[in-house]
Amino acid sequence: MEMNGLAPVPDSYDYDLIVIGGGSGGLAAAKEAAKYEKKVMVLDFVKPTPQGNSWGLGGTCVNVGCIPKKLMHQAALLGQALQDSRKFGWQFTEEVKHNWMTMTESVQNYIGSLNWGYRVALRDNKVTYENAYGEFVGPHTIKATNKRGVEKLYTAERFLIATGERPRYLGIPGDKEYCISSDDLFSLPYCPGKTLVVGASYVALECAGFLAGLGLDVTVMVRSILLRGFDQDMANKIGEYMKEHGVNFIREFVPTKVEQLEEGTPGRLKVTAKSTTGDQIIEEEYNTVLLAIGRDPCTRNIGLDKVGVNINEKTGKIPVSDEEQTNVPYIYAVGDILQDKLELTPVAIQAGRLLVRRLYAGATTKCDYVNVPTTVFTPLEYGACGYSEETAVEKFGEENIEVYHSHFWPLEWTVPSRDNNKCYAKIICNIQDNERVIGFHVLGPNAGEVTQGFAAAIKCGMTKEQLDNTIGIHPVCAEVFTTLSVTKRSGENTLVSGC
Amino acid sequence: MAALRRARRGAGSGLCRTLRALSGKKNEYDLLVIGGGSGGLACAKEAAQFGRKVAVLDYVDPSPQGTTWGLGGTCVNVGCIPKKLMHQAALLGSALKDAHHYGWNIAQPVHHTWSVMAQAVQNYVKSLNWGHRVQLQDKKVKYFNMKGSFSDPHTVRGLTKAGKETIVTADNIVIATGGRPKYPTHIAGALQYGITSDDLFWLKESPGKTLIVGASYVSLECAGFLTGIGLDTAVMMRSIPLRGFDQQMASLVTEHMESYGTKFLKRCFPTKVEKLESNRLQVTWKNTDLGTEETDSFDTVMWAVGRAPDTKTLNLETVGVKTNSETGKIIVDASEATSVPHIYAIGDITEGRPELTPTAIAAGKLLAQRLFGQSSELMDYDSVPTTVFTPLEYGCVGLSEEAAVQCHGSDNIEVFHAYYKPLEFTVAERDATQCYMKMVCLREREQRILGLHFIGPNAGEVIQGFALGIKCGATYPQLMKTVGIHPTCAEEVTKLHITKRSGLDATVTGC
Repeated sequence: MEMNGLAPVPDSYDYDLIVIGGGSGGLAAAKEAAKYEKKVMVLDFVKPTPQGNSWGLGGTCVNVGCIPKKLMHQAALLGQALQDSRKFGWQFTEEVKHNWMTMTESVQNYIGSLNWGYRVALRDNKVTYENAYGEFVGPHTIKATNKRGVEKLYTAERFLIATGERPRYLGIPGDKEYCISSDDLFSLPYCPGKTLVVGASYVALECAGFLAGLGLDVTVMVRSILLRGFDQDMANKIGEYMKEHGVNFIREFVPTKVEQLEEGTPGRLKVTAKSTTGDQIIEEEYNTVLLAIGRDPCTRNIGLDKVGVNINEKTGKIPVSDEEQTNVPYIYAVGDILQDKLELTPVAIQAGRLLVRRLYAGATTKCDYVNVPTTVFTPLEYGACGYSEETAVEKFGEENIEVYHSHFWPLEWTVPSRDNNKCYAKIICNIQDNERVIGFHVLGPNAGEVTQGFAAAIKCGMTKEQLDNTIGIHPVCAEVFTTLSVTKRSGENTLVSGC
Repeated sequence: MAALRRARRGAGSGLCRTLRALSGKKNEYDLLVIGGGSGGLACAKEAAQFGRKVAVLDYVDPSPQGTTWGLGGTCVNVGCIPKKLMHQAALLGSALKDAHHYGWNIAQPVHHTWSVMAQAVQNYVKSLNWGHRVQLQDKKVKYFNMKGSFSDPHTVRGLTKAGKETIVTADNIVIATGGRPKYPTHIAGALQYGITSDDLFWLKESPGKTLIVGASYVSLECAGFLTGIGLDTAVMMRSIPLRGFDQQMASLVTEHMESYGTKFLKRCFPTKVEKLESNRLQVTWKNTDLGTEETDSFDTVMWAVGRAPDTKTLNLETVGVKTNSETGKIIVDASEATSVPHIYAIGDITEGRPELTPTAIAAGKLLAQRLFGQSSELMDYDSVPTTVFTPLEYGCVGLSEEAAVQCHGSDNIEVFHAYYKPLEFTVAERDATQCYMKMVCLREREQRILGLHFIGPNAGEVIQGFALGIKCGATYPQLMKTVGIHPTCAEEVTKLHITKRSGLDATVTGC
């Protein structure tokens, strides 16, 4: 791959770089390229959902992902805080109700400010932005079609595909007509009411979690396991907690049809589901059905065949080199559409920025996809970095790993007397490599804040010994990691007693 | 080294020991711990794990106001635990305000009842006292609720509240008696009318309009939560806040507290406290900036002007345990040994050590392991992280900017910094002006991180993992390679890139 940091741009191209997709990865790359005085264009377009929903510049994270998700999760947490506060001496009316519209309006206003902020940032960085759907029509050439159907052609020396993904539908009668997805939930102009969430992804569990926290009757329908790909020990604990906190679970069933009983905002829907292990059929009525069974990359209708970019035909994902280059040398890709990479905003941003620095600033640093930390914002949050217990056992052998673990009780939960011995900390160490910590898992409040620093330490190659030598901050949840002593192997009790 | 110490030992104690050895009388315990706080209990329980015969003496002299408490020491009874719980009560007050932005309908007004909170906190603390008693029992550690004082290097005289005496002998003795709040006794009325943190957490009734004198973290944390639960609170500081901490961060902390509603009487010191007919307290003070004398009345005056070790009644001179003449703290070496063989000291009472529960616990455990477990591992006091639980929390590890400049020179350090806004503040329309973080690094190629400072919600949770990273010798490039978790506050640490030196705007912009 040749680097083009200093050679002048051939006059024949309209742009140095055209970015298709104005989400986390695309915008980060575009702004970075503009820093090196490159002529950059961003094409961003949101095809409306089956329910007719659309949104502004910024991609999934800003509009229908991380941001609204975390804000609604916060709303649910505040509901719990209200209950706790009475035990801490606060007094107010017994009857506390949640108003969906107030919350959604606040959230949407904030998102609107972010959309606006991105438009301004692009303008300030002299990046050309068009709200148009981009697709390749030939080498170095892209067609941009706007909302009104007006088409324009543009050429660029290089392209970055960052079109992300959209929620998958079940392919059963009534799914597109009556069901919603995460693309619709965060701007729903009415309270969803009694909700069925179909799926066991983090999207499903996070949404089910906050909907229940806001006081709604929520059921999660799971085909097989929870949080596939995550540590299953932790996944099950998350499910247990949600069950104990009022979320209903229907395990080993899949919906076969969705019918509308009554129109409305919300309406009434009848869901028929079939068991995956037998012949049993069940029916139930809900106001809303939220599908969260997975996401599909937006790579099928952007003309990749016209320029010869290979995609995985089954999944639609784009395989890239460790420098985010596709099989076509002048076409790169970042973000959720990449094969075998994590679907996370910070990863997309990091990859996008580093790619651009390599292209235009003579840098050599590649994106480090190893030990990327993540957090699932379920009612009991789960932060993780590195190997799950299963993959560690698979890779290193059970006899070569040591798992240290402990339950803990956040001090703030003692006075309201809730959830003792639900929070849990676990690290996985490689015995053959100085007990190097290869997996970090925490289930508890503020899991993301806790996990971040440990992820940095894992990058520095932390060992169990170094962990033990670190003094804890008292009294916080994170300190539990500095005093882990019970191993899973020993079978000893990890339930908490006192200070 | 040990031999040298033995040679230097006073003749008196040596004679005593020899006599006892000659008479064949064995010491009753392998280990006696004086002080049942964080350090003491950790040490005792660890020693018991090795099958040793261990005893703990714990006794709480009532405060001048008459407050006393059970087993567990400062942290459990009048420190970390009740402090964090009351801080949480205050934070929940803010949460109540945020909640309506998030759609929760709560009829105003909302008000706070001290006694409900205090009772809940006190009940929890009592359960911890009980838990500690049970733990000692389970581990077969003998517990005496007695005040100890030395008779000789292996003998301690314990006195119960009723005056009953018990003599305890031990091969090894660990002093872990901690500290107590200081009273500014030179100020008229200070002792009679003022309270300290020893009393605050045990008050049955609300302290009402409160003046806290002092600029320590104790002062600011208490003032913070009192303000948060709706009380009219003022802090009187003679000079700078949080002496010893990074001063830029200290200023941000107090700035936030001011916007939060705490009144600050800066560069003032009190001259007298008098009781009014209404039972309120009239405080007179000097404003050194204006050169004036001012006065106001309060329901409660709390002193938070520092803590001092309680060593007078231990009879340390009798056995020759050396203390620092200025601070009164016990001088120890890297193995927590005092100037007298077989007498050790850990925790707040030791000179030059951080006054923190986790360091006391770690030191206590390691000491027990060295004494009875054939370990030679010494306590590492380097890069101990800590958090100040003010309304906007401040967590830090490593060097302050001042200390780094002093140590390495400002040309040799690089400070990366950022002002950020927690996502949860956006919808809640909360002011994030003081949400700030900075990382102090060495400028040379490797760019090793010398210090990390973070102000924001959940500061302790944020800093803990990074403290570990710093223990592993983390460098700036390594931190930059770490991918952030989104959306959190902590991820901003991995994105720090604006240097102070550049003079550029350090405000974090969009996603």
